[in-house]
Amino acid sequence: MINDTLQNRRYVIAIIMSAIILVYILRLFSIQIIETKYKEGADSNAFLKKTQYPPRGLIYDRNHKLLVYNKPAYDIALIMREIKDLDTISFCKALNIDKEYFINRIAEIKDRRKNPGYSSYTPQLFMSQLGIEDIATIQQSMYKFLGFYIQNRTLREYTFPIAAHVLGSIGEVSRRRIENDDYYTQGDYAGRDGIEYTYEKQLRGEKGVEILLRDAKGRIKGSYEDGKEDIAPKAGVNLTLTIDVELQKLGEKLLTGKVGSVVAIEPKTGEILAMVSNPAFDPSILVGRQRSKNYWSLVNDPTKPLINRATQAQYPPGSTFKTIQALVCQQMGGINEHTLFACNGPGSSPIKCTHHHGSPVTLLGAIEQSCNPYFWNTFKATLEKDGYGEKNHIFKKRYQEWEDRIRSFGFGGKFEDSDIYEQSRGNIPKQKYFNKYFGETGWRAITIRSLSIGQGEILVTPLQLANAMSIIANEGYYITPHLNKSDSMLTKIHKAQVDKKFFPIVNEGMWRVFEFGTGRAYKIPNTSMCGKTGTVQNNHGKDHSIFVGFAPRENPKIAIAVVVENAGFGATWAAPISSLMMEQYIYGKIERQELLERMSTSITNFDVKER
Amino acid sequence: MPVNQRAGKQFIWILTAFGIGGMLLLVDSKMYNIFAYFIYTAAMLLLLVTIFVATDIKGSRSWLVLGPISFQPAELAKVATALALSKFMSSYNYKLKNWRDLIPLGMFVFLPFALIILQKETGSALVFVAFLLMFYREGMNGIVLLIGTFAIVLFVIIIRFSIVPIQGDRGTLGMLLAMFIIVAAQVIYAIFVARNRKEAFLAITGTVIIAAASYIVNIWFRINYNYIAIFTVLASCVYWIVIEMINRYKKYWLIVALSIGSVLFCFSSDYLFEKVLQPHQQIRIKVLLNMEDDLTGAGYNVNQSKIAIGSGGFWGKGFLNGTQTKLKYVPEQDTDFIFCTVGEEHGFWGSTLVLAIYWLFLMRLLRIAERQREVFNRVYAYCVASIFFFHLTINIGMVLGIMPVIGIPLPFFSYGGSSLWGFTVLLFILLRLDASRLERLR
Repeated sequence: MINDTLQNRRYVIAIIMSAIILVYILRLFSIQIIETKYKEGADSNAFLKKTQYPPRGLIYDRNHKLLVYNKPAYDIALIMREIKDLDTISFCKALNIDKEYFINRIAEIKDRRKNPGYSSYTPQLFMSQLGIEDIATIQQSMYKFLGFYIQNRTLREYTFPIAAHVLGSIGEVSRRRIENDDYYTQGDYAGRDGIEYTYEKQLRGEKGVEILLRDAKGRIKGSYEDGKEDIAPKAGVNLTLTIDVELQKLGEKLLTGKVGSVVAIEPKTGEILAMVSNPAFDPSILVGRQRSKNYWSLVNDPTKPLINRATQAQYPPGSTFKTIQALVCQQMGGINEHTLFACNGPGSSPIKCTHHHGSPVTLLGAIEQSCNPYFWNTFKATLEKDGYGEKNHIFKKRYQEWEDRIRSFGFGGKFEDSDIYEQSRGNIPKQKYFNKYFGETGWRAITIRSLSIGQGEILVTPLQLANAMSIIANEGYYITPHLNKSDSMLTKIHKAQVDKKFFPIVNEGMWRVFEFGTGRAYKIPNTSMCGKTGTVQNNHGKDHSIFVGFAPRENPKIAIAVVVENAGFGATWAAPISSLMMEQYIYGKIERQELLERMSTSITNFDVKER
Repeated sequence: MPVNQRAGKQFIWILTAFGIGGMLLLVDSKMYNIFAYFIYTAAMLLLLVTIFVATDIKGSRSWLVLGPISFQPAELAKVATALALSKFMSSYNYKLKNWRDLIPLGMFVFLPFALIILQKETGSALVFVAFLLMFYREGMNGIVLLIGTFAIVLFVIIIRFSIVPIQGDRGTLGMLLAMFIIVAAQVIYAIFVARNRKEAFLAITGTVIIAAASYIVNIWFRINYNYIAIFTVLASCVYWIVIEMINRYKKYWLIVALSIGSVLFCFSSDYLFEKVLQPHQQIRIKVLLNMEDDLTGAGYNVNQSKIAIGSGGFWGKGFLNGTQTKLKYVPEQDTDFIFCTVGEEHGFWGSTLVLAIYWLFLMRLLRIAERQREVFNRVYAYCVASIFFFHLTINIGMVLGIMPVIGIPLPFFSYGGSSLWGFTVLLFILLRLDASRLERLR
């Protein structure tokens, strides 16, 4: 062979070649077998896990009339990297937004503090909840706007523009809620108040996943393994409410132009038949793109339409409280059905009477005529029955008993087992409060006399009042008022701490109100009804007009509480509204069209906006 | 036409390649020797013409377009240069022994290299570096390869660590490390050439004492670390010269020269990097050295390529089932990054198999080379082996993320007619030469 001396160099060359190939094999071993990050990288590259949103549960009224359903909506998403040669002006024009909004929105998306999940590779939400009418223009020209996509969603749609406070609304989840519940991710929607909030878990259903293959440019190339790995979304559960939509409609109509609320309950079941709060709003304005604009205009409305007055407003119950007072004081032995007290009419002291009637009066007459002195004396007789004792301790014990029995009617606290999200506690003053205010021994029956006629520190919500009427109708117990019909709460009976035997006399007194007393003008013909008016003094102007009651007297079907703020006498406003509501529910129609017309067109507060 | 147009085209390229191979086998083997310079001259002229005639494709002017066919003359230049080198080195009484003998060879290589650089095809030009391996086999001093490797190591260290400052502005880690490596190389060399233990001991202790002394001086006087490091190297150079004079042993001249050369090289590395290399090449190197994590830009290809290969696992995802490659996450996946597809779809075993086949192929080329009886044939065979080896090393190294991104194809794998034809011509001429290796003896 030639060049023998250098022949050994062939081995050096062979070793160099072999070494390099060996290094490459080791490198392959390391990235294909040992490292796992590349496999994860491949998954997030190629698999687009697209969330499949389940349709949210529908909501029906008690007669299975559809109240809330879903309609398709559209989000506009963008992938920053894919945006090319965007004609901003025509884009803004197609979406009906101004250029400033566009620039701000892009800056917001890019701002990692506001949008922690930002990546220029993944779809980002540009605008959400557009309706078909908003999307119509841009849909045809979408091909011109590279990097922008339309995503499907659903929005709430309402059959009737009513019951906004009952139903509540849905909105984008807050960051805090995302942290507390793994189900949500940024941009999801969830119930924020009302039924939508309480029954969120049932209504939302379960999200599904569709695994799509995505190429390097983000284009979708079909589904992975023909969709075998996909998870189908589970539709939300439909809800049937206890609300009677006709009654609810009537309630909202009757409160037109007034500030106030109506709560109607079926006494036997605790089912809420209607829950009206006015000023109200059409629930559909809190859906879609206009949500935040409309929401802020509602927040800034001086009449506070966002408050559910039926459960959140607190008023002194006024004369309507006399019915409860009559029950508790009988139970505590302060009076009996034959007890008589004198009344000097407007000249009475320390509380004057606002009505003119004979003297002395019996319990029946006192309820019928709403006699203030009678109930002051009753209250006094009850609390002072055993004297005051050393340091008032006997008196205080009596007061504590009175307070406990009053509370057993559902006053002074929330209905904790109810599905009503927004509730106020109301107030039944405790000893502690008076001790602090007047000193340990500084207060006596006379000090707290306003309580006897439902004024002063005592505060109740319309829901609590209606519930108290349920108790009188049921002669001693109530079922927690609730909104979900399928969730029967009949097993949870709450007893009021007043014996059944004390009820008939109050029942009769309330029947007399409709027969001979303040409510006689609004008796439904041929129907025996029970009720009590209230005219509540307050610091905000004219008296609140309040009415409570139930009907029919035998086998009651509806218990009701109506409050019309700053309207005047209970008999003028709240009583006729209650009467019409009861007629509607009992007979399914209204014969007294003239009264209906008068009540639904009269206005007590000119700030309340027409809807 | 099959479903995939490119697959169909490639099929036609393969058929024509066989045709060309067949024709090459029919040519008398002596013709390659006789026409070597002619072919070389023709190829160089073609390269020159291409610069002016070629249309601009992605910034490079290397493609000649003739109707439906486009061809890269650079592929032909490899064959031509291999033939010319073979002829020159096999000429009567040529021996590659001295540096001087390398110069004409260097000219043969430099001409196509420069012309291809002018075509803005840096990758194809770099292939000509591969001939160094053949030179080594034919007698070039092995120190050239070592120096080359050493230069690459120093360059990488300077670039990678020059951004790391030491104690504020008292020098950079890059320079310090580079100087440390030079001193270490000196010591290793000293041990290697020492005639006895005493000499070796003398060399080592001297260097260590100089290094330690400079370090202490630096602690006291707080001078810039870089200067101290350079001073150490220079001081040890002086020390070597002194020892050499005392011992009258000439071997140390080389290490002194190399040390000083290295220091100069280190100083010019930054300059080389920033002035000679194009910005996109700088970024590619920075990404390779993990200095930049530009996953959306220059680092995207390599990152996606690693993801594709890494996701293959041991068994791979199966033929045509690769998600990363099919969904086009890996760019250039049928040309320069084609090995990703193998890695993803056939996993570790498939990629190893491919590498093993290449290894067998290279070993076979070496075997064929060594059994030649004419220098011309052997030189040519080594040229072929070197070129294939270079393509393999750079291409797969790039895909695996351990070599910078240099766009050269994987032989017989990547899509493309020119390169397939080029490799075919290269290989079939060798087969022809090999087939007639015994002719003279008959």
